[in-house]
Amino acid sequence: MKKQENRVYPYIPNSVPEIKAQMLKEIGVDSIEELYADIPENLRYKSKLNLPPPLTSENTLKRHMDEIFSKNKTCEENISFLGGGCYRHQVPAVCDEINQRSEFLTAYAGEPYEDHGRFQSLFEYESLMGELLEMDVVNVPTYDWSQAASTSIRMAERITGRKEILVSEIISPERLMVIKNYCHPVVKVRMVKYCPETGKLDLDDLKSKFSEKIAGIYFENPSYLGFIEAQGQTIADIAHENGALSIVGVDPTSLGVLTPPSQYGADIVCGDIQGLGIHMFYGGGLAGFIATHDEEKFVMEYPSRLFGITTTTVEGEYGFGDVAYERTSFAEREEGKEFVGTHSALWGITAGVYLALMGPHGMQDLGTAILQKSQYAMKRLSRIKRVKVPRFDSPHFKEFLVDFNETGLKIKDINKALLDKGIFGGMDLSEEFPEFGYCALYCVTEVLTKKDIDTLVESLEEILGNRLRAGEKP
Amino acid sequence: MKKNSTYKLREKFHQAKWDEPVIFELHTPGERGVMVPEVEQEIQEAAGDGISQIPENMRRKNKPALPEVSQMRVLKHFLRISQHTLGADFNIDIGQGTCTMKYSPKINESFVRSPKAAEIHPFQDEDTVQGALEIIYKLDTFLQEISGMDKFTFQPGGGAAAILVMVSIIQKYHELRGEGQERDEIITTIFSHPSDAAAAAVKGYKVITLYPDEYGLPDIEALKKAASERTAGLLITNPEDIGIFNSKIQEFTKIVHDAGGLCGYDQANANGLLGITRAKEADFDMCFFNLHKSFSSPHGCGGPATGALGVREKFIDYMPMPLVDFDGEKYCLNHNLPHSIGKVRGYYGVFPAVLRAYAWIISMGAEGLREVAEVAVLNNNYVMKKVQELKGAAISYPKTPGRIEQVRYTWEKLTEETGVSTEDVTNRMVDFGFHLWSSHHPWVVPQPFSIEPTESYSKAELDEYLAGLEKTVNEAYEDPDKVKNAPYQSVSHKIDHHPLDDPEKWAVTWRAYLKKQKKGE
Repeated sequence: MKKQENRVYPYIPNSVPEIKAQMLKEIGVDSIEELYADIPENLRYKSKLNLPPPLTSENTLKRHMDEIFSKNKTCEENISFLGGGCYRHQVPAVCDEINQRSEFLTAYAGEPYEDHGRFQSLFEYESLMGELLEMDVVNVPTYDWSQAASTSIRMAERITGRKEILVSEIISPERLMVIKNYCHPVVKVRMVKYCPETGKLDLDDLKSKFSEKIAGIYFENPSYLGFIEAQGQTIADIAHENGALSIVGVDPTSLGVLTPPSQYGADIVCGDIQGLGIHMFYGGGLAGFIATHDEEKFVMEYPSRLFGITTTTVEGEYGFGDVAYERTSFAEREEGKEFVGTHSALWGITAGVYLALMGPHGMQDLGTAILQKSQYAMKRLSRIKRVKVPRFDSPHFKEFLVDFNETGLKIKDINKALLDKGIFGGMDLSEEFPEFGYCALYCVTEVLTKKDIDTLVESLEEILGNRLRAGEKP
Repeated sequence: MKKNSTYKLREKFHQAKWDEPVIFELHTPGERGVMVPEVEQEIQEAAGDGISQIPENMRRKNKPALPEVSQMRVLKHFLRISQHTLGADFNIDIGQGTCTMKYSPKINESFVRSPKAAEIHPFQDEDTVQGALEIIYKLDTFLQEISGMDKFTFQPGGGAAAILVMVSIIQKYHELRGEGQERDEIITTIFSHPSDAAAAAVKGYKVITLYPDEYGLPDIEALKKAASERTAGLLITNPEDIGIFNSKIQEFTKIVHDAGGLCGYDQANANGLLGITRAKEADFDMCFFNLHKSFSSPHGCGGPATGALGVREKFIDYMPMPLVDFDGEKYCLNHNLPHSIGKVRGYYGVFPAVLRAYAWIISMGAEGLREVAEVAVLNNNYVMKKVQELKGAAISYPKTPGRIEQVRYTWEKLTEETGVSTEDVTNRMVDFGFHLWSSHHPWVVPQPFSIEPTESYSKAELDEYLAGLEKTVNEAYEDPDKVKNAPYQSVSHKIDHHPLDDPEKWAVTWRAYLKKQKKGE
């Protein structure tokens, strides 16, 4: 391959020809090519990779990226009612300040000495989450809620020795796909029906599906469709009577006002921390947590890192390290619990910063603001003709189904019209849950204002009015 | 100016040591770090207090016992403990072999911070995220070129998740051919990442692990014996963690294919091979790259990250949903994958990692990537030459002299002669501002240590790191206790490991710690 002469590489110091020559001499070879002698000729890639010409200066690169970025329209530039597992919440500036620090951003796998701060910050994250959840063990975060739910289920399988799991039918179809793939073929997933009026778990169906094969029941609260499941304790009691576990997925932004699952019998609690001070990043801000009580039979089934606090040879000094490391795949390969590796630690540190900033009153204010704003939105939307809000007769948190069936208009078309007005309408659920017909999942967090909500309502009134007047039959 | 090529070991180094308490100890009732957006009066009048609509049993009784701390104090706390962390930006981070601790250019962080990347929602209308989809699509085409595969997904949130996808595709492939039950074995090697074995076990497979022959290559005779009608697939790293390129790799894939199995290439770390050799030419069916290794996305204390997974044409419709396609005018999400394994993570993966990898590749170009690989290999061989000159140190499997981008070394002789172990050496290196890692378990190589210099560090920096090793070795022979009692210049001193393994004493949260302290009194 012919090389461009004199190209300088700011990221590759030893590309300087004199240095290269000096190092080759020290090694005792004439060329770098000799160092590749073990790669057989027939495996060598002979041509030049077909990649775009390099943008070597920062300015050129930035101009290029800005041009691509200009094709994105953001939730800041528009009014967004999108949720469904990824949320726009207030991100305190201190959260970004900390997760952009070179120390945290570029650290990886140091020992508890040189990376004392990594261990401490993640221990603090676990501890702050522990208070929010009222549970004594929380993991270093995994990839996302879907992985956390999947691992919670596999933990239940190992703890009970049973190979089937019950899952509420009201669950994100994406999450269910992750769970099913992760469980297959070891654990069989069986679905439990919901009450069509309230959305709550159908307790008769639940009871009928329990057997000595069932490891546990997994449900979410608030549910994927936003309603609150008030039967948590009953569900846990049924599970426990059958020798099984109650596994609850929860949105931590609700826990300043809603009862944590540990208080209604949950054995394993999981969820996502993206809402705790992390931007959406097109879904890249997700990170999953798993929490249990501090019992050996639970702790020993975590696949994740668990950072704990300990003492050092110096009186009064805190040390940190891995708790029960021998259970992990790092220690035991396929004999370890599932697998561990690079997951979402930086988002864990960020969520810890967030909870420290918010404190108990901040989390309560957050929950209250979300309740009030979402209830206001439901109230206003419900006054629009032919629109039913919420679809389920239950209290809701943050999200709710808006039923457009009586308008006869497809969500896709309504959302296109809203988009023209700078509004990202709620998620179209007509494919995910065809049984609801034309329904959209709307999300209202603390960042939306009365004006934003009013704009949505006025726009919908206008769109629906125009369409219906134009003769589109309901 | 006179050229200064001398290096100096930082014997006076001391890591920041703020003696910072745990955040709960900063609690002062009434303080607060941040305010929640206000709820307008009209909303409060229309909606009431919000909580009254919630059934009594679902209203939280006691506020969470989070600490109350004002903003600057929270900031200061986390800034201080950040200083207790030795990121690659501070370190000559060559002591974390297998992990490719290279430079993550700062300009790329500015792209991640842009609201155009941070404030977009995964369910936005495709018309409003054409820029994001373009970046995903184009990075896919770059990695296709680098690997020879035909399609990539960035959904897996790390290398282990990408391995899980490979195993899932292998499983689905055999199931659809009616051989799901019969083919119940996955073959891997002991120097492939532990997740290659562990993720296979998650999917219910029996794992067969090949050990190396005397040349450090996975034993091909053992593979021939292992491959059978029960073989679902092979998951293998190359070069393996010891840094030796498996020159028989094409024979490996042939043996497995002939037995009816599929082959997945673990190229989490491909840093020495960019533009040099590809998965396609070695006849792999699929492979993955960690964007947080070879492609410069920073490690973030352990994620978020991306295991970019690529497959050959015939496996595209097995991939996790959705894929990003381009019709010549518009980028779109493709959910039409009839044999898809489903999903392994929400949405489309860790967009910040995708963004950084895209920007990095486009700033390097084809020649730049090759320069990366070549200099990474040059640096590694230079360090290897020097380490072998150290008393008590050696490379593993010396019958094979060549190494690509990393080396698994051994302190076996040092330990025999001085009693100083690899753990002791790693603890002492901390005192000079360095990190040194032993290796994954089990320690097939006794008293192992793993160095991977990447392309990012200058010769002078490599020399400085080597001087740290040399100093430690000299101390081991002259005053072994000095090494054994290290570190001295770190944030904390030698920790007591016993409570961390004792259910009566371990504490994963502050609340558990307080309870157990009280119980112990």
